[in-house]
Amino acid sequence: MTSQQLIISGVGGQGILFITRLLAETAIAKGLPVLTSETHGMAQRGGIVISHLKIGDFASPLIRPGQADGLIALSTSNVALHRSFLRTDGWIAANSAQPLCLAEPPQVITIDADQIARNMDNPQAVNLIVLGKALASSRLFCTVDEMMAVISRHLSGRPAQLAGALAAVTAA
Amino acid sequence: MSADEPVLMQGNEAMARGLVEHGCVVAASYPGTPASEILSAVDAWRKQEGVAMHVEWAVNEKVAFEIAYAASQTGLRAATAMKQVGLNVASDPLMSAAYLGTIGGFVIISADDPGPHSSQTEQDSRLMAMQAKLPILDPASPAEARELVGCAFALSEAFELPVMLRPTTRVCHACQDITPAPVNTLERKADFHKDPQRWAATPKFRYELHRALNHKLSQIAAYAPTAPRCLNPTTQSSRAVVASGVAAAHALELITTMGLQEEFVFYQVVQPYPLHSDFMAEIRSSYDDVLILEETAAVIEMQLCDYRTVRGRLSGDLPDAGELLPEIIERILYRFIGQPVPEPVGTTAAGGRRPTLCPGCPHRASFYAIKKAAPRGLYPSDIGCYTLGSNLGAVDTVLCMGAAIGQAAGFYQAYRVTGQQRDIVATIGDSTFFHAGIPPLIDAVVQGARFVLVILDNSTTAMTGNQPTPAHGTPDGTAVDIASIVTGCGVSFCKNGDPLELPAFTDLMREALAFSRDHGIAVVIAQSPCLVDKSVRHARRPQAQITPAACTGCRHCTTQFECPALVYDETSNKVTVDSMLCSGCGVCRTVCPVQAIGQKEQP
Ligand code: SF4
Ligand code: SF4
Repeated sequence: MTSQQLIISGVGGQGILFITRLLAETAIAKGLPVLTSETHGMAQRGGIVISHLKIGDFASPLIRPGQADGLIALSTSNVALHRSFLRTDGWIAANSAQPLCLAEPPQVITIDADQIARNMDNPQAVNLIVLGKALASSRLFCTVDEMMAVISRHLSGRPAQLAGALAAVTAA
Repeated sequence: MSADEPVLMQGNEAMARGLVEHGCVVAASYPGTPASEILSAVDAWRKQEGVAMHVEWAVNEKVAFEIAYAASQTGLRAATAMKQVGLNVASDPLMSAAYLGTIGGFVIISADDPGPHSSQTEQDSRLMAMQAKLPILDPASPAEARELVGCAFALSEAFELPVMLRPTTRVCHACQDITPAPVNTLERKADFHKDPQRWAATPKFRYELHRALNHKLSQIAAYAPTAPRCLNPTTQSSRAVVASGVAAAHALELITTMGLQEEFVFYQVVQPYPLHSDFMAEIRSSYDDVLILEETAAVIEMQLCDYRTVRGRLSGDLPDAGELLPEIIERILYRFIGQPVPEPVGTTAAGGRRPTLCPGCPHRASFYAIKKAAPRGLYPSDIGCYTLGSNLGAVDTVLCMGAAIGQAAGFYQAYRVTGQQRDIVATIGDSTFFHAGIPPLIDAVVQGARFVLVILDNSTTAMTGNQPTPAHGTPDGTAVDIASIVTGCGVSFCKNGDPLELPAFTDLMREALAFSRDHGIAVVIAQSPCLVDKSVRHARRPQAQITPAACTGCRHCTTQFECPALVYDETSNKVTVDSMLCSGCGVCRTVCPVQAIGQKEQP
């Protein structure tokens, strides 16, 4: 069975819960079991927010350090904070204005999502832009098209938001 | 929704689903992390399924408990949900309801927060269940939490007792694919049977009720559906691991990935209190070495109480505080089976951004005005987003819900009786004021205390996800006005102001302080809506703009006002505005001592 463990992190207000749920729903749409763990409460006010997402046959909602396949970091500072969750062959998709030079693997892909979001006049779209970058790298358990189908269902009643979301996820 | 397709459910939504599926008719709650989403999810499932229910955000947990309990006394199924410290507030009816018992199934969900992630304490609701002498169930996952709701209703009706369900943060805020089951509306009618000997029992009868309760507990310790589950029944070993709650889920996964299936017999306890008597006998007679994994107190370990063979928190094999993360359990398991403990794979680095009030949050302006008007004041505060006023140095104390007012009065009396006077400015949110702020205000008025109370009225319960407050009213009820309560409590100075109008609001604070020094309590109601409240329309406002030539780099705006959208740049020694964050509240313009902050032309 497909199995993937992902850490999604950033700061409160960036919409980490939203993309965690989109990924989880995409897993369910593909018939895969899923477990997530979310951050709520005080940290959502601009503090460190982290989601654990486990797709496949798992019992615990948390990922142990050294076990994650990938880290999606919506803010550059989260890379240093949370890369210890990664396996030695793990990857990082990070929002960063500059390319990140890390001393050893993991493989890092970066995107200046803040700038792209500003250009799109949609500061709320950073989360989907970074998610789109990770999807485009073909390292995730799902494809961009599968994700777009879930987003379309999610925002079906709100055409303006849907158009913005689809533009963001394909911006990379 | 087609009935047999899995959907993504958060633990809180799953428990809510369980309540609706099993015919719950009355549900009442007060929001608190990690339990806040339960009641809104009950309401969402109720709407989706078109069932008749009374679902309410009560003024506090004690009232929520009493509303639901009364429904159970009429024979209906009912539930109340809260966080663990909320159960402290509801502990009075909890203890008594255990003696009196119930008629319709009554489930009390009390969500614990090992860590703690968003709470004052790491207290264990299972200890509260022991104290009340009530059975408690401890789910390991969202799916199991939903299943145990049904179990709890059945158990409650079988023994006419309230039954507690204790999820933790990692269950409440985990999400899982869960297939909804059909809703079973029981079609019962409320039918209260008068029985004053029971429902209004005098102390003499309470003794009899206590004995009856003990008898029920001994029977519940043999109730088959909630008995411990052996998860590797074919294993033969003199060692056993016993886990409950999410620790059982972590352990189960570790046992599989570490290949430890044959090393010990593994039990999951779903009812940590009362522990099943046969299970206790089995553990004591069949195993030489037993490890207990549980959060956060030693509830199972204490009941087993054979310290020659049983290890856990009391023996020091588990840490005595904090969350039992899977990496911690991994090390404990290696030690238990006598294998070398592998080096940790690097721990999560500390640091990162601390939480802060949102850019443009009206509370920030209130705190700034308070510091300006009473620079040497004492600032007792309370529980909510505004606890983050500590970042601005405008929050000196946070004890529990409503304590800002009790502590303000206490500080006043302590200084007065020792011949001193201090400016005291207490802050409390609107929802917290309704919850527990009114009795201490009455007390302060009666005792002649003198302080300023700022009620931070953003017309929502912001911290927990924008639940309504009594000031909103309900479709069938009447909205309750904060100012009327304040004046009704006997306060003669009660004025409203908008903190985003900073200069005028600071003047109002000064006026209130002057009044409080000579006359008594002055209440200022700081009215301005929460920025993330989706029920309020927020106009797009022009963002702040710095005139670099004017900015002296004094950092007053970043340290004293602390808006996260204002960023000090070391190299240029200037402050810049983060256009990703600025909400355009405009308050920083009056904060800058040299008027270097203006606004952009376009919103
Ligand atoms: S959620 Fe509302 S009350 Fe809380 S910090 Fe943000 S604006 Fe302020
Ligand atoms: S206008 Fe000033 S105070 Fe308000 S959010 Fe923007 S930078 Fe912060």
